Amino acid sequence: MSTANQTEIEADPKLPIIRITREFAATPGQLFRAHTDPALFAQWVGPDGADTRIEHWDARTGGSWRYTTRLGGTEYAFRGCFHEVRQDRIVQTFTYEGEPDGVSLQTLWLEDLGDGRSRLRSQSLVDSFEGRDAWLASGMETGVNDGYAALQRMVDDGTV
Amino acid sequence: MAADTLTRVFSALADPTRRDIVARLAEGDATVGQLAEPYRMTLQAVYKHLRVLEDAGLVSRPQGPQPRPVRLETETLTQMETWLERYRRRAEQRYRRLDALLATMSHTDDKDDDDVNSQPDGNRG
Repeated sequence: MSTANQTEIEADPKLPIIRITREFAATPGQLFRAHTDPALFAQWVGPDGADTRIEHWDARTGGSWRYTTRLGGTEYAFRGCFHEVRQDRIVQTFTYEGEPDGVSLQTLWLEDLGDGRSRLRSQSLVDSFEGRDAWLASGMETGVNDGYAALQRMVDDGTV
Repeated sequence: MAADTLTRVFSALADPTRRDIVARLAEGDATVGQLAEPYRMTLQAVYKHLRVLEDAGLVSRPQGPQPRPVRLETETLTQMETWLERYRRRAEQRYRRLDALLATMSHTDDKDDDDVNSQPDGNRG
């Protein structure tokens, strides 16, 4: 919405962790529902142009979930457990069924910024650096950026 | 670039001195002596840092007589940045869809907020 809502990403150099931070023009309660109500979640989890079907959904501490995503004629299935579901924090596991040995631990923090705004912080702990970097390397293609400008930005803001 | 290469890049850049060396080389090639100048460490220690950066493919030291300039291998950094940026962009796309959904919730579900917030545990929707 506003240009201030910039997604920030950080790959921890010492732990196989990816952190993403983003602000939203919404209350933590609304963000919470968008993450725990299956009908709402299916509308935004994506990716763009994908059709997500919730197969199973029990968004309670100790519950579990499974959904399939159809994209370009291929179906991908994901599943995991809701380890803890709280208004301000959701902890869950995440497995892509195409690589059933891999599992990441995802923690979401929902922070109230006041004035109907919230900050969502997510942290994904993967079971190895190789797993994380393969994860980063996978997926869609994008153009290569100007290396020097990108490097300077990463060094300046401490991403690397 | 293979995933294990990226792992070496990330761990090489985990060290503040090595990040500083990379940042300075981004402004231009430099000899080991020039690189060592601002640091309170032996030339030997600087060589050790350079070796780690070299193994990660981040810098190169062309063979030849002294002083050999150290050069930044921007391709490696570009690749790493590309991966991170691609992942960030995917998250951004996902969150823009969430923005759109939240906007409709703001209009239709404002009244529910208090109910949701007052629930002590998970809302099953």
